[in-house]
Amino acid sequence: MSSNKRVLNYALATNEALIQLMESDDSVFLIGQGLKSPWYVGQTCTGLLEKFGEDRVIDTPVSENAVTGAAVGASIAGMKAIVVHPRVDFMLYAMDPVINQAANWCYMNGGHCSVPVVIWGIINRGGEQGAQHSQSLHAMFAHIPGLKVVMPATPYDAKGLMVAAVKDPNPVVFIDDRWLYGIEDHVPEELYEVEIGKAVVRNSGNDLTIVASSYVANEAYHAAKELKSEGVSVEVVDLRSIKPLDTACILESVAKTGKLLIVDGGWRSFGVSAEIAALVAENSLQDLKAPIRRLTLPDIPAPASRYLEEGYYIHRTTIKSAIVEFLGG
Amino acid sequence: MLKKYEKAFLLSLYRMMIRIRYCEESFVDPILQGIIKCPVHLYSGEEAIATGVSANLEDKDKVFGNHRSHGHFLAKGGQMEALVAEVFCKEMGCARGRGGSMHLIDPTKGFLGAAPIVSGTISLTMGAALGSKIKKDDSVAVSYFGDGAAGEGVLYESLNFASIHKLPMLFVCENNFYATHMPLRETRSSDSIYESASSLGVKASRHDGNDVLEVYETAKEAIDYCRSGNGPVFLEYETYRLRGHVGPDDNIQGDHTDIRPPSEVAEWCQKDPILSFTNRLIESGIVTKNELSQINKDVDAEVVAAHEFTECSLNTNIQELKSYVFKQKSA
Repeated sequence: MSSNKRVLNYALATNEALIQLMESDDSVFLIGQGLKSPWYVGQTCTGLLEKFGEDRVIDTPVSENAVTGAAVGASIAGMKAIVVHPRVDFMLYAMDPVINQAANWCYMNGGHCSVPVVIWGIINRGGEQGAQHSQSLHAMFAHIPGLKVVMPATPYDAKGLMVAAVKDPNPVVFIDDRWLYGIEDHVPEELYEVEIGKAVVRNSGNDLTIVASSYVANEAYHAAKELKSEGVSVEVVDLRSIKPLDTACILESVAKTGKLLIVDGGWRSFGVSAEIAALVAENSLQDLKAPIRRLTLPDIPAPASRYLEEGYYIHRTTIKSAIVEFLGG
Repeated sequence: MLKKYEKAFLLSLYRMMIRIRYCEESFVDPILQGIIKCPVHLYSGEEAIATGVSANLEDKDKVFGNHRSHGHFLAKGGQMEALVAEVFCKEMGCARGRGGSMHLIDPTKGFLGAAPIVSGTISLTMGAALGSKIKKDDSVAVSYFGDGAAGEGVLYESLNFASIHKLPMLFVCENNFYATHMPLRETRSSDSIYESASSLGVKASRHDGNDVLEVYETAKEAIDYCRSGNGPVFLEYETYRLRGHVGPDDNIQGDHTDIRPPSEVAEWCQKDPILSFTNRLIESGIVTKNELSQINKDVDAEVVAAHEFTECSLNTNIQELKSYVFKQKSA
């Protein structure tokens, strides 16, 4: 197929998913702040308004709570809403419809009604934006029963996970990172799904397992590639979904390498890295040749100053150093 | 005044109010005996609102309720058996015993759910109205909430959004003057809630919520307005609960009437919506006492049958604790 060679950037891969989903299903609609403005949502919503009209592409007042509730309620009533929050930080105003309502709805109604809503939060950090424009809150959502949480790291997964999230009959929190929007990769033209709850081994290796997701998974992949020429063999597991977690994939890799470095773009305490560490400790302690290590954001709010940001965020150089230290130490 | 209505219609309003009242009162003893453990917010005294509003609704119309929604559920066509079994948290309840009194649902009747986070279902209702507008299916969505919801911001966000998008949504504020223990006068500088809706461009008015025909007429006008694509309507209905905020007593988990002045309670007892409607029906000469007594007997039997159904219903099974967290994806 000719589509095999086609390359798209991450934002346009999401954009294509949205277009194809809305073309193929009249009940899919998009709602949220900034849909008309690339400043908010990058290229992800390019052309949608022109193609589908204001009824199905709804830019909104700054009313996160009501707008998210509307997306949840519409999905209870038979629609499939995608509600976008251009910065995850602002989603905190929408915790009632996400956590109290959407996450609990199926269970507390005895399975008589599920909520096929997608809650799309964009991590938009760096650039001296400071504490309230930079947060990565995926672990908070993953803590909640009834929510699924996906974090695509590649253009292929951005499209495939958005499609899977919309087709899932349950609430899915889709979290992406503006730092990924420009990366390019092969993206098939047809509508396809990446299965929620399945991780992928991005790079095969024997010396060490890295488990990561989203931006830091991509950085870990490049770190592993760069270290290959130095004779270091690193396996990179990209979670794709934070919840449900692909435990089999993680444990299998740890069984092979015996060393685990967890990299997460969220804070250290009580987060994804702690969960994965607990999972491995509970199931595979005998496979570990060394104590688990974690590379995460420190338990500190995001700073504004670029000099502080440099030490705060995780990039491939940070990951490379952590690998070298782990294997050399 | 009553002459313009069909007798059968008037009796259907009466029957629905009696169904709600008798069903509600049937929970009092089991609550006091501790057989019903889940929090139960009785609707006794407020029956005219759900009855009058729902008399204008069709199955395709959507309703979301709150913590005090037994009446909304029954009036929208929910089965009494399923309601009673849910209040007892039984497997045959409308939410399979996973929800309890505060989580009622019957999607086949357009009763899409209820939840006790006070104003939490207002925005959900707005979503149903938004879906209706997108699909152009001519349905209306109704949100029931209390005066307490006027203290939460999402009400105002929703009014604004529904207004700018002209959504087919009816906001029904059941103002019973108390948010749990707090009187409205202590939580709001204005005694009007509906004027806040007007200020956001939503057609709004206040009415006697204990007069079932006034509710019916005002809701009819509002629902016609919504259904015709003119936008949302906000109706504030003044009413009073004859029981406590939660449970039978007028208090929060205590055993005395210690929150509302006894004189105020007595005054509102005189304005009991069923009492006044009964008197009007008899005085009009359209209906005889015997006809009403027969309805009362029939409803009594229905309530007894609903409790028998509940007693025969299976308890929930611990083996199924994990069921229903997610809906399985169909192939």
